[in-house]
Amino acid sequence: MTRHQTINAVISVLLAGLLLATACFAIFQALSWNWSGVWAYRQVFWQGWVNTIWISLAALALSVLLGLLAALGRRARYPALRWLSAGYVELIRGTPLLVQLLILFYVVADAVGLQNRYLAGILILSIFSGAYIAEMIRGGIESIGKSQLESARAIGLTRWQTYRHVIFPQAMRHVLPPLAGQAASIIKDSSLLSILGIEEFTLAAQQVNSATYSTLESYLPLAVGYLALTLPVSLLARRLEDKFRYET
Amino acid sequence: MKLEFDAVTKRYGDHTVLDAITAQLEFPHVLALLGPSGGGKSTLLRVIGGLESPETGSLTIDGQRVPTGEKPLRTFRSNIGTVFQSWNLFPHLDALANIMLPLTAVHGLAAEAARDRSLELLERLHLTGHGHKRPAELSGGQRQRVAIARAVAIHPRLLLLDEPTSALDPEMTAEVLEVIADLKSEGRTFILVTHAMNFARSIADQVAFLADGRIVEQGSGQAFFSAPQSETAQRFLAKVLKY
Ligand SMILES: Nc1ncnc2c1ncn2[C@@H]1O[C@H](COP(=O)(O)OP(=O)(O)OP(=O)(O)O)[C@@H](O)[C@H]1O
Ligand SMILES: [Mg+2]
Repeated sequence: MTRHQTINAVISVLLAGLLLATACFAIFQALSWNWSGVWAYRQVFWQGWVNTIWISLAALALSVLLGLLAALGRRARYPALRWLSAGYVELIRGTPLLVQLLILFYVVADAVGLQNRYLAGILILSIFSGAYIAEMIRGGIESIGKSQLESARAIGLTRWQTYRHVIFPQAMRHVLPPLAGQAASIIKDSSLLSILGIEEFTLAAQQVNSATYSTLESYLPLAVGYLALTLPVSLLARRLEDKFRYET
Repeated sequence: MKLEFDAVTKRYGDHTVLDAITAQLEFPHVLALLGPSGGGKSTLLRVIGGLESPETGSLTIDGQRVPTGEKPLRTFRSNIGTVFQSWNLFPHLDALANIMLPLTAVHGLAAEAARDRSLELLERLHLTGHGHKRPAELSGGQRQRVAIARAVAIHPRLLLLDEPTSALDPEMTAEVLEVIADLKSEGRTFILVTHAMNFARSIADQVAFLADGRIVEQGSGQAFFSAPQSETAQRFLAKVLKY
């Protein structure tokens, strides 16, 4: 046996063992599983799942807008705008989402009298995600060669026309794949909104859990529910990456 | 066409690229700008095209001063056709859209009129059937001809061609030179920077020889090639015509 084959065999045995152990554990557990208790709460799960979807969609749309503004701000003519954009991006990317949620929700939203927790949650999630998207868009814009801008200048395009006809369409191919990945991140990160009492998917599962005392039965569907959303999005991201790699 | 330079100076850092050029260049249609590499030909062309502003001095074209300031410069640039050595075209647009963009976005033509004019130009430049191809799907020679079509489509008062064939192999070079020769017979006015001396000789009404940031010599194409006056030009021609 070559070294390669040995490693292969060892890994196979380990995997088989792991699978067997999991199966035994599951069967043992299944004896005491309480799916019917959880099934009664399917409406709660469903509602939470649906809420997670529209919260994520809203946050995605808003964060793309914020990211675009911040990316353009970093290239603005006015230094104050550039500093503002850079400060936003660095501040947000340098701190955990949980900390931002706590500060922005309990301090800032409170101070400005923002009562609607859904709106506040979506805003905070967008502010968080927007900083990352800003960097993606900036990277996309900076990937465009100097000669392209020169050509745009030579034919007499204005600054805005240059963005519209030359920069944005070309930056798109660089931005779309990571943006799809970011959409998956937003879906996952939105689970943190549960700590604000926003009734999204994770909070729904927690509620079911405390009502039924069936931990695994409450949280297993949670993981599956998130995967059902993120897997197609990740697949799309992969597709876009391949497609654009092919074209260059 | 008449260009008047008055002490035009352009520097990059402490490197003087155009050294207080004062000259009058008058030519019916075609001016060839020749000279050694690094002599400042591209820079001079960019100053004429309003892509670069000189630090000091001024330039008039047919008595009209090349403006300063972004907005008037943009208007000025939009009436000059420019073709660089390579990478003129927008890679995400097909050939037709490349030609149409300045017409619709800058010159206010309706899409229909812009399309008609562009298709006609494609045909005239032997590019019929290639309109839907993106630059990456075109050969180098076809790409440069599309770039020329885009520059010509706006009916420019002046065309600037900066080594339009230097990135091409001989066959493609021939295609493009043929198109440039056609431009002359159509009566267009242009300034051509080239290292293709035989072509310059056959097409140029007037030649300006640029070296070390100065216009060392100018004259009719005939006179310049048969009897260059300055020693720099003599040495330059002896070198480039040797092979
Ligand atoms: N953007 C720039 N920044 C700094 N230096 C520059 C820049 N553009 C040109 N130069 C310098 O200016 C000088 C003249 O350049 P230019 O491109 O005008 O020469 P050229 O006559 O066109 O040469 P070639 O025949 O090689 O194209 C060169 O020494 C070049 O290094
Ligand atoms: Mg040059």
